Amino acid sequence: MLELIDVNKAYAGGRRVLAGLSYTLNAGEYVAVMGESGVGKSTLLNLIAGLDAPDSGEILINGVAISSLDDDAATQLRREQFGFVFQAFHVLPHLTLAQNIALPLLLNGKTTERVQQMLEQVGLQGRGDHFPRQLSGGELQRVAIARALVHRPKLVLADEPTGNLDPDTAHEILQLMRAEIKANGAMGILVTHSHSAAATADRVLNLTKDGLHPVKSGDNA
Amino acid sequence: MNSAVLSRWLLTGEWRAHWLQVSVALIAIAIGVAMAFSIHLINTAAFNEFSAASKSLSGQSDLQVRGRKAFFDEALYPVLVKHDGVAVANPVLEFDVVIPGKEQNRNDHKLKIIGTDMFRAIQISPDLLGLTAEGKTLDRLADDAIFLSPAAMEWLQVQQGDALQLYAGLQTITLRVAGGLVRARAGQRIAVMDIGAAQWRFQHLGVLSRIELKLRDGVNHAAFKAKLTEELGDAYWVTEIVDQEKRIANMSRAYRINLNMLALVALFTGTFLVFSTQALSVIRRRRQFALLRVLGFTRRQLLRQIVTEGGILGVAGSLLGVALGYAVAVLAIRLLGGDLGTNFFPGVKPGIHFDLWDAVLFFTVGLAVTLLGSLIPALEAARAKPAVALRSGSEDTAMAKLSTPWFALICLSVAAIFTQLPPVFELPIFGYLAIVLLLIGGIALMPRLTAGFFSVLSNQWQQRRSGVVSTLVLARLANAPNQAAIALGGILASFSLMVAMAIMVTSFRISIDHWLGRVLPADLYVRAAASGDLQADAQQAIAGLPGFDRVDFFRTQQLTLDVNRPEITLFARPVDQADPRNTLPLTDDMIAPGVLPENAMPVWVSEAMVDLYGYRVGDKVTLPIGATASEFLVAGVWRDYGRQFGAIQMQLADYQALTGDLGINTVALWVQPGVSIDVAIAGLRQLPFGGALEISRSSDMRALSLEIFDRSFAVTYLLELIAVVIGLLGVAASFSAQTLARIKEFGMLRHIGVMRQQILAMLAAEGGLLTALGMVLGFVLGWSISLILVFIVNPQSFHWTMELHLPWNWLAMIAVIMLVAAALTALLAGRRAVSGEVVRAVKEDW
Repeated sequence: MLELIDVNKAYAGGRRVLAGLSYTLNAGEYVAVMGESGVGKSTLLNLIAGLDAPDSGEILINGVAISSLDDDAATQLRREQFGFVFQAFHVLPHLTLAQNIALPLLLNGKTTERVQQMLEQVGLQGRGDHFPRQLSGGELQRVAIARALVHRPKLVLADEPTGNLDPDTAHEILQLMRAEIKANGAMGILVTHSHSAAATADRVLNLTKDGLHPVKSGDNA
Repeated sequence: MNSAVLSRWLLTGEWRAHWLQVSVALIAIAIGVAMAFSIHLINTAAFNEFSAASKSLSGQSDLQVRGRKAFFDEALYPVLVKHDGVAVANPVLEFDVVIPGKEQNRNDHKLKIIGTDMFRAIQISPDLLGLTAEGKTLDRLADDAIFLSPAAMEWLQVQQGDALQLYAGLQTITLRVAGGLVRARAGQRIAVMDIGAAQWRFQHLGVLSRIELKLRDGVNHAAFKAKLTEELGDAYWVTEIVDQEKRIANMSRAYRINLNMLALVALFTGTFLVFSTQALSVIRRRRQFALLRVLGFTRRQLLRQIVTEGGILGVAGSLLGVALGYAVAVLAIRLLGGDLGTNFFPGVKPGIHFDLWDAVLFFTVGLAVTLLGSLIPALEAARAKPAVALRSGSEDTAMAKLSTPWFALICLSVAAIFTQLPPVFELPIFGYLAIVLLLIGGIALMPRLTAGFFSVLSNQWQQRRSGVVSTLVLARLANAPNQAAIALGGILASFSLMVAMAIMVTSFRISIDHWLGRVLPADLYVRAAASGDLQADAQQAIAGLPGFDRVDFFRTQQLTLDVNRPEITLFARPVDQADPRNTLPLTDDMIAPGVLPENAMPVWVSEAMVDLYGYRVGDKVTLPIGATASEFLVAGVWRDYGRQFGAIQMQLADYQALTGDLGINTVALWVQPGVSIDVAIAGLRQLPFGGALEISRSSDMRALSLEIFDRSFAVTYLLELIAVVIGLLGVAASFSAQTLARIKEFGMLRHIGVMRQQILAMLAAEGGLLTALGMVLGFVLGWSISLILVFIVNPQSFHWTMELHLPWNWLAMIAVIMLVAAALTALLAGRRAVSGEVVRAVKEDW
């Protein structure tokens, strides 16, 4: 379970990004977060991932306050329980697809057998020895999804994962991501500007200056 | 939009963002130009001053007549005075004397004395006239008067009217400092006396060193010179000032060119750094350039943009380098002297003259090499296909052409061919070109070697269960070899040159040490003070002293065999006829002991005689020894590190039979076992003439020779150190640039759980592994270059060979230091990789 309790964050210039934010995400839930540019969506993800610290408030992952962890402990938590999907894919160009997907397993000291299974799940079977430069954008994002889920994380954070893709590929990727998150029993948070992307989540939340608010079906938030 | 404005924006934006890399490249090119320019200025100033000082002694004569030996019979003088076409003939006696109390400083203990005839000298070399005290004009003819240049007065710490003690043969004589000279060059230490007084007081009665001639108006100099040469025959040389200039130029040419080449090494390393900076910058901006191309920037504009960046760096760096070079030259001359402490131009105090054309030349060289360093990256950027370059990961395929081995293999093959070519104008031009090609070829082969090596390592590593850091490190090194190789190039260039120089200097030093052991086998060496000989009675007195096992007498003198070359040295000494190897440091090139024809007079020639005069073992050669020239058989070649212009050894008995000259000037003494050397020296000092003997222990001579050697190479070490520092700066700049280029990679890794220390470990491992490979390759390359230096450059420049010796301990120490320095540099450069900004770097639109 992920709990956000009265989280506040402002930047050095005094610009307040998040104010009194509270929310609880239960195990197996997959939500989409929308909001205007600059409202703090990516900041929220960084705070949840322990890559940044809130000015006040608590973020609990299965009861553990992530801001109380030192850098190493936060990194260890991320390594074991988190999966990330980025807008720009961030697949390492000098590693093969299989090596890229295997990274979280290696970091966690696990065997890499599951890599082939993930390649098959994301439709890239037989291409494990290829390098990223041989792939299209959609294929690269499939690799990123496989890498995000290969170690069976508890929470997947996806920041505009389809921002660089065409609508058909985007739809395909979002369906794949949802299926994989659900298959792994993980929680998922999808940050997006796209309503159609958000619609693939269980629930859609709108991030405003006042906090996270559920978007009712048919709203154009 | 005005393309100049866009160009300026791109340029200032890039430099503002990457000021460190730009500054390093700028400093590298400035240091390279400064080194080359300062050494050129110092050499030119020292050479010009040395040349002017030498020429000033010859005054305004049209021709000079010299003997093949140092002195000749003065009977020639009246012949020339009466010769048709001669307006004035000025007889000159020139020799060096040792100053009591200064014997210990073997490098700097002699004063040049010039004996002139005042009435003739006033017409040809008025500068050499003595300045007498008021009313004492006749001092110029006095037999106890000596006139000193200001530098000589300062050196000897005497003034007008003081007494001055000098050695004359085995006696000490006292002269009166009668005054200064009309004119002498700064630092020129000379003394002038009446020629008759000089002949008498210094035991040179009846001989002259040269006769300077001023020809009558209208006489054709060339025709007169040819006619006089024919009349005088082989015993004399008739020379002009231009011959003297050539001779002086020949004396120091190899030294000057070798030093210039070393300076160019620093410039070469700087050039490579510019290439490395520009190449990495182009790789980093690959997508930016692709975007510009998409927006309408033409290939030509892009090419111009990058070359302009290089050009501005070149202009700024070269300007800075010229200014810095001038300042360094002025400072170096002040602190180290014109020969940078090597004593190649003794007694010369040159002033640095800023020559605009020289400055322009070095500025142009600096600019040209910088542009050259920018050209390959610029062409790469201009040729890249925008659609491909825009894609993530395309950086790894950038500079792919660098990995084709053909260019490297061609360079290496041509280098191999060049090593087989002879010298050009007695200089190892092809040897140096081979070194440059070897370096370029070696560096160009790096991407292929890096990829090959790390691929194998990566595959083998994967077969075991391996950690994430090692996987990431090896995968990157194996799959992005071009960037790795570029980063490594600077270190490879500087390390290989350092290895080469270290091997060459060690080989040279050990060879000299061995050689000194062979040429200084006795315990003590005794010489008469420079201007005198030891005659039979003195020889008997020395030979009769108790405490010595063996006493050998030597006769040395200078001979001129070619008017355009410096004199050679003739050694007449007892040589073991049964096996000359017992006496001389012979090479394998010799007539086997026992097969010499009985009636032949053997001579053993130094390696320089083979190179410069074409002497070969078995040749019959004619030498001007004795009243008439005699024929000798070249019986062997010996190694001589003391005289690069040539030396000949012959039997003392042959010399005495030919010349009737029984005087000797060096004695080698072997002390009996159990007798202390101090006691032996005391015995020599107690001889009636003991005070006038220069007595040297062979151990001191050996230590002094090695000290001079080390001092001579101090400048070399300095230049090498600079090259290495530039190389390390290059590594810092490369790693820093790469860290920046890979910031998103680090951001992603931090997201997925890679710890800070793991990223630092990764960077240190990459830096360490790359440097380790660079060390190994640099060693192989440096060793190959050292072979060229030892077996080609040295024999062709200085006409001596040496054995190869590798300074393993020193090389290992330097390798470890550089390895640690490079890993630390990579770590320091990579500290941004673990900063907070990497987390934000993953956000594409941040």
